[in-house]
Amino acid sequence: MRQLLSGNEATAIGAIKAGIRFFAGYPITPSTEIAEYMARELPKIGGVFIQMEDEIASINAVIGASASGMKAMTATSGPGFSLMQEGIGYACMAEIPCLIVNVQRGGPATGLPTKPSQSDVMQTRWGTHGDHPIVVFYPYNVLESFYLTVKAINTAYFLRVPVILLTDEIIAHMREAVELPEEVEIYQPKRKKKSPEEFLYYSEETIYDSEVAYFGEGYRIHISGLTHREDGFPTNKPEVIKRKLDRLKRKIEDNKEKLWDLEYQDIGAEVCLISYGISARTALEAKYIFEKEEKRALGYIRLKTIWPFPDKPLRALLKSAKKVIVVEMNQGQLINEIERAISPEIEIIGVQRYDGEIITPEEILAVI
Amino acid sequence: MRKEIRIAGTGGQGIIFAAIVLAEAAGIYENKYVTQIQSYGPEARGGASKADIIISDQPIYFPQTQELDILVCLSQQSLDEYVKKLKEKGTLFIDSYYCKNFNKEKIKTYAFPFSLVAKEKLGRELFANIILLGSLARFTKIVSIESLKKAISHRVAPQFLAINEKALMLGYEIDQL
Amino acid sequence: MKEEIKNYLRLDERFPHILCPGCGIGTIANILIRTFNELNLDKNNICLVSGIGCSSRIPGYIDCDTFHTLHGRAIPCAIGVKLARPYLKVIIIGGDGDILAIGLSHFIHAARRNIDLTVIIVNNYNYGMTGGQVSPTTPKGKFTYTTPYGNLEEEFNIYEISKSAGAIFFARSTTYHVTHLKKVLKKALTKKGFSVVEILSQCPTLYGRLNRLGDAVKMLEEFKNRTIDISLIKEPGEIPSDKIIIGILLDREREEYCEKYERLRKAINEKRD
Repeated sequence: MRQLLSGNEATAIGAIKAGIRFFAGYPITPSTEIAEYMARELPKIGGVFIQMEDEIASINAVIGASASGMKAMTATSGPGFSLMQEGIGYACMAEIPCLIVNVQRGGPATGLPTKPSQSDVMQTRWGTHGDHPIVVFYPYNVLESFYLTVKAINTAYFLRVPVILLTDEIIAHMREAVELPEEVEIYQPKRKKKSPEEFLYYSEETIYDSEVAYFGEGYRIHISGLTHREDGFPTNKPEVIKRKLDRLKRKIEDNKEKLWDLEYQDIGAEVCLISYGISARTALEAKYIFEKEEKRALGYIRLKTIWPFPDKPLRALLKSAKKVIVVEMNQGQLINEIERAISPEIEIIGVQRYDGEIITPEEILAVI
Repeated sequence: MRKEIRIAGTGGQGIIFAAIVLAEAAGIYENKYVTQIQSYGPEARGGASKADIIISDQPIYFPQTQELDILVCLSQQSLDEYVKKLKEKGTLFIDSYYCKNFNKEKIKTYAFPFSLVAKEKLGRELFANIILLGSLARFTKIVSIESLKKAISHRVAPQFLAINEKALMLGYEIDQL
Repeated sequence: MKEEIKNYLRLDERFPHILCPGCGIGTIANILIRTFNELNLDKNNICLVSGIGCSSRIPGYIDCDTFHTLHGRAIPCAIGVKLARPYLKVIIIGGDGDILAIGLSHFIHAARRNIDLTVIIVNNYNYGMTGGQVSPTTPKGKFTYTTPYGNLEEEFNIYEISKSAGAIFFARSTTYHVTHLKKVLKKALTKKGFSVVEILSQCPTLYGRLNRLGDAVKMLEEFKNRTIDISLIKEPGEIPSDKIIIGILLDREREEYCEKYERLRKAINEKRD
């Protein structure tokens, strides 16, 4: 069935299709429609919606529910995402899967509640304290908001990590006509084979796709944010600490190739545009205008996976490029990451905008 | 064929609802590519409100309007602000009940008192948004009246369907009133 | 040790514990599992949730589901657990700093919602784990390492907060009154709704030493001498101002949140059918 949906609605629908049954959140523009959809729909299907007293409470309630076996998520924007950072770090350390949607608006501080921005891409990577990688996806239209939400949730439960879906005010509020599938493939964590006596919540036998126990199943597990051993209890032993942190890193390192998702066109061209989210739509428009006027191809790469950063595929795709133009709505965030990834021979310039207005095709065409 | 349409006025006039119905009529019932975005201030009511719809046969990438093909203004303020965004050969629709100052000579203009018609014929001004959609279908052919009817029946609660359909037809035949 | 008490302990490797000599928290853990035993609670159906602090280490020694969360965040985490698994007995254990400073807003909102949780607040009048700093329950004038000239601030009355926020049960006890403590814990754990038990507990290593209150025994004697049970008070006016009231100060009924939510779900589905 074809329907007219906003990005936020598509995300909410995708989340429920992917098995989300718990949502805790706090109203914040431009993410609120996701909470409103969940408040309406979750009680109909045996799920739970709760509006908490703030974003700190929201992320922690999500962690509690997920540790109890209900697939759980929250949605927020800049200020709320900042408040959630400690909780996201906890979810990494305690290995509690969940989905956090950050609909970006202008910042810092209260910033521009009703205007788009892409200035949280580095915060998603480095927002919490401590060493750990993170998985972040970023859709560029309504349909992809649905599919990447599903992928984000499946990834979270496969790896037992918090996953962040970044969107922005335009992608979230824009309506498009889409056709969504009735059903999607859902990752279900493995059933336990071990007895409660033998079971280890953080068993080193597997670091992802592991057998998992939830609260209330008679496994009497101990979940902790302290750096811990396989059984969840705290440790100060250097070798155990290192193993734990390596484990958090390896979960994502080992699965990088599967997580990387890029879309590209005409990568043989001398000049290549690289972008993501709303700015990628401008880049694509600029590409077609350029080709119509100049009668030659312009390369285009769009990152759907922001983190882990797709350095290897980018390097491979840009083998013959002479010049790269990175288009993003911030003061230059991912451009530095791209610069580190690609050959120093390639000229790299940024088209950046951070005044609440989206980048226009003309601004890109002006620098080619 | 890419058509850029803006509906603008004051918060509370149903601007965004009208834009959604129009986008749905074109995108769902006529299988076109559509995007619909809106900009809004902090006010829920009373502030400036505008919604943009792009309708195209091709996929739409850049979702912002640049040069409007059709501009619909339900307030003087919105008319003053956006008329310069209209293409030279664009079409202007204005609610003459609220927009008193306009220069009809240069631009193809349809001026009807949508809000007044709503108040007098349907008892409430808030149907002006549906009436204007009827007029759009009639004079621009950007979507058919049938598609608009379908979109309205999808978006409106059953008990309000008859009055909304009536509003739509009032708009469609507004020059015969 | 009785077998049925051992049954509730994680005896392998977890002992000896990390608490200081003379600390009241061991007594509290002891009484808590005796309460479980007397209520015949299935350890597979208990989830103990804590934040960060000395008392937040109690769950680690008890053999049930245990959830050691962030500082101040035990209550929202517990809300997630309870809403996902309403059949679980979800108990929060935390200190005065954890629950009443950094976690206060969660405490009052959980009380307002009346979610079926029992919050045990171990009040030792200071932050113990970080080495003796002022907390929201440190009495005015008392010394800690961050109030070296005496505390300028007034302390919270946890009972008044609980009552006005909507808790259905509040009791106060001390680590001296162990039988009394068990009695009020039993009552709290059998109430359906948001119940609070404040336990005055001695911290001889820090708060006691900094305020020259003597050793653990002296501090326990102080609990004995300074408290009066509410059941012994006939006229409200007759309580000497230096006395601390213990006992069940609040016991009322109000519809519980999970039950309301379940009813809402049923109603929505019946309407749809």
